[in-house]
Amino acid sequence: MIQRNLPVLIPLVFLFASLVVSGFGIWKRQLAYPVALFATALAFGVALFGLQHVLTVGSISYRLGGWSPPIGIEYVLDPLAAFFTVVIVGIALLVLLHARIVVERELPERSVAYYAVSMLFLTGLSGIIITGDLFNLYVFVEIASLSGYALVAVGEKQAPVAAFRYLLVGTIGASFYLLGLCFIYLESGSLNMADVAKILPALHSKPTVVVGVLLIVVGMGIKMALFPMHGWLPDAYTYAASTSSALLAPIGTKVAAYVLVRVLFFGFGVEYVRTELPIADVISWLSAAGIIFGSVMAMAQLEMKRMLAYSSIAQIGYVGLGIGLASPLGFIGAVLHVLNHALMKSCLFLVAANVRTSIGHSTIPSFDDSLRRQMPWTMAAFSVAALSMIGIPPMAGFFSKWYLALAGIEQSQWVFVAVILASSLLNAVYFFRVWERVYLRRPVEKHPVVHSESRIESREVRPSMLVPTTVLAIGILAMGLLNALVVELIIRKAIPPGL
Amino acid sequence: MSPAETYQSVVPLFAVLVSLVVVPLILVSAQRPNLRESWTIGASLAKFGLVASLLPHALAGRTAEVRLLEISPGIDFALRADPFGVFFALVASGLWVFTSFYSIGYVRGLNEHKQTRYFASFAVCLSATVGVAFAANVLTFVVFYEVLTVATYPLVIHKETPEAISGGRKYLAYTLTAGVLLIAATAWTYQVVGDLDFRAGGLLEGKSASVETVRGLFLLFILGVGVKAAIMPLHSWLPTAMVAPTPVSALLHAVAVVKAGVFGVVRVVGFVFGPSAMSAFGLSTILAIFAGATIIIASLLALSEDNLKRRLAYSTIGHLSYVVLGTALLTPASFAGGVLHIANHAAMKITLFFCAGAIYVNLHKENVSELDGIGRAMPWTMGAFTLAAAGLAGVPPVNGFVSKWYLGLGAIEADAQLPLVVLLLGGLLSAGYLIPIVYRAFFRPMAGEKGTREASALMVVPLVLTATLSVALGLAPNLFVHLHDLAMNISRSVIDGGTP
Repeated sequence: MIQRNLPVLIPLVFLFASLVVSGFGIWKRQLAYPVALFATALAFGVALFGLQHVLTVGSISYRLGGWSPPIGIEYVLDPLAAFFTVVIVGIALLVLLHARIVVERELPERSVAYYAVSMLFLTGLSGIIITGDLFNLYVFVEIASLSGYALVAVGEKQAPVAAFRYLLVGTIGASFYLLGLCFIYLESGSLNMADVAKILPALHSKPTVVVGVLLIVVGMGIKMALFPMHGWLPDAYTYAASTSSALLAPIGTKVAAYVLVRVLFFGFGVEYVRTELPIADVISWLSAAGIIFGSVMAMAQLEMKRMLAYSSIAQIGYVGLGIGLASPLGFIGAVLHVLNHALMKSCLFLVAANVRTSIGHSTIPSFDDSLRRQMPWTMAAFSVAALSMIGIPPMAGFFSKWYLALAGIEQSQWVFVAVILASSLLNAVYFFRVWERVYLRRPVEKHPVVHSESRIESREVRPSMLVPTTVLAIGILAMGLLNALVVELIIRKAIPPGL
Repeated sequence: MSPAETYQSVVPLFAVLVSLVVVPLILVSAQRPNLRESWTIGASLAKFGLVASLLPHALAGRTAEVRLLEISPGIDFALRADPFGVFFALVASGLWVFTSFYSIGYVRGLNEHKQTRYFASFAVCLSATVGVAFAANVLTFVVFYEVLTVATYPLVIHKETPEAISGGRKYLAYTLTAGVLLIAATAWTYQVVGDLDFRAGGLLEGKSASVETVRGLFLLFILGVGVKAAIMPLHSWLPTAMVAPTPVSALLHAVAVVKAGVFGVVRVVGFVFGPSAMSAFGLSTILAIFAGATIIIASLLALSEDNLKRRLAYSTIGHLSYVVLGTALLTPASFAGGVLHIANHAAMKITLFFCAGAIYVNLHKENVSELDGIGRAMPWTMGAFTLAAAGLAGVPPVNGFVSKWYLGLGAIEADAQLPLVVLLLGGLLSAGYLIPIVYRAFFRPMAGEKGTREASALMVVPLVLTATLSVALGLAPNLFVHLHDLAMNISRSVIDGGTP
């Protein structure tokens, strides 16, 4: 019986948890964390079970309230959705494991609210992935966005301003989506994705449909920080609390990319976005520009979180590029990169959080090799993630680039191949900048003393923070070696029809 | 010719892994130097033993193979100990044994910092090198090639001086760019051919591909492997990287890293493109021109270089291109000569670097102009230096003569006069930049105090042994590990066995 209800269970667990967290939190503040963690672990279990079920038995469709699809709201767990939920809930679980100390340190008074809002955020994200209804998707987008603004706003002094900007831009994005949705509804008379997909082909050339598609793409482009609609992102990620950025950065924008895949490939059809209305081309060119822009900007940043934020703009470009290439290999590259980048970026943001917890800031020019001696494990995790970002095999990051390069070559899109490869080198520049300082720069000291390894006191973070960081680092290496398994067993099954 | 017989064996995998598994052991023994170094020694001996155990099979034409897992749909992460792989692995792992002993003498003699990082990185490099040697397909090759790039970086910047750090940056800029181009070439090849397995005679052999595609692929491949092979104008990282400690220069910049580059060139020419595609599309001529120019220009630059290690670096650049030239001429003798020169140059150049390091540790002298009379202070070291220098100049009976003989023979076979001239001129220039050092060392009066002051036995014994090895391999090229026969087999399989 449970299998049939799987799709709805994941968002429900989070929604319920957000209520319980606030309820218990008022009663006893210490309870908020374990409840949130338990709920996420439970959801992760459900997501894994769902993935296993979808892969062995087949997609699951759930009718909310028992109403049949075109009228009622349908939740669908197909291979793509199942894969995304596992990635997102899994990353969220590791970030929350890590979060306790950071939240105590950075948001001492607001921990209950923080956990409640993050549960709501995950409700929104998992809902977006699972829903099969275009309007319901908008509702979840709003849930995720509003809680996202809140997550950003509780950070540093500048955070409210960043959050306000995020709110303005994000709301515009959501409104674009809603408007586009209205146009589609106007013509098709349906909000169910599968239904719309059946109706639309006859109406493809209608101006209303074209405008609708464009509005939806722009709206989601803003949400996924597709260049040049990325303006809100750097400040939001930089000034948010460390644990918020670790939660937002790896998975927040990915979900918007997922919506793009859903709507473009499953809703409007591959042929339509590839030839009739060459929106895929536009997306890939914008993504390519974003890859270069984000990487170059990252090189110029002095603050580690800000550097990672710009790097996120570049990395979402890989996903966008894979979507825009609109080929099986491009799709594999994009979806694999969602997983790989989620691992890498969450690992890197956790490293930033560890550094902040330990030395109180993460300003790159002030790093020196005392950091390496105080936090050897954190820095080892950083090295693994950075090598992966550069695309050194056999780390995971190499393989997403590999598939994207294959896809680019397949279509003779040499510019994109060059962009993918050049960005590796740009990544190398900004990560080696950090490395050189952490591993090679002697600390500036007033009284020069002879260093001996034993005299440096360890300031490595607590195991509760270290373990998630290292698990992610190991995950990066493991995903690199096992990427073919994921591609063959999961992603290939998720390739949209007609691609 | 019948295709080589393959059999399943995990020996190649163990040969790669043995130096990787000691890395954690080296790291945890950081506080006990003797234990830590014994891990290195043990791993180097084990590695050489494992590689050597593959030799009889390789000579008999049987290839050990192990397929690990799929790393990209349709492409396995696989190791294959084919004759050429065994050849290179033998050279690298054999000389690692000498370098391990020498390293201990060197870093302790100079009381170097961060010795743990040094030995750990060294072990990773050797794993990667043997991985490069045994890679069964281009993608596996790329994986190890990139690991080698990254693992060498800590060794290049070991001194952590501003000079070392900028040398490291330059090294990375060159090698990472090359790696990216190699990845592009790999992906493109896969899209064109649908297969990435190295095959004697070329994996492109018999596949239809347009002229532009083949030329573009070749350019990307050669740019990719040419940086480590230091083909001009891609060479300039190598002299800069000489800021590394001398054992690093010795093994990595004369044997492992740069030889991984020329190994890559031979793989690309002989096992990806194949002789018929190389000559049909005019690729071999272009490659030969660049190689020839590199030999002459690098040798001329070496003449004017006063810093001993940088002079040796330019000499390395020149001699690497002997291998490239031999490969590009595509005759049985030249190909064999090129392959042989990988081993012969390695033995000679490692001796020269060992000598440079011994002089530096003992007398703190780095420049050629300071070496007056040094032969009397360090007779063993400079004796070994003389032998190796004579070998590089092509004087029999040192092994350098053997490979040059085959290279010359190949040039005549190919009916190409220009390469022959280049080879002769290169030999003269080699003498020109090395013999004056010998002259200074033995025939100029020594400044300062007199008396014999050799470096520690840990350094002198390895360098005397490698010099002896050079002579021994010159007298009997088949000594110990049948390098000569292996080279002949490899050449035959590539040049004659091209079309099965």
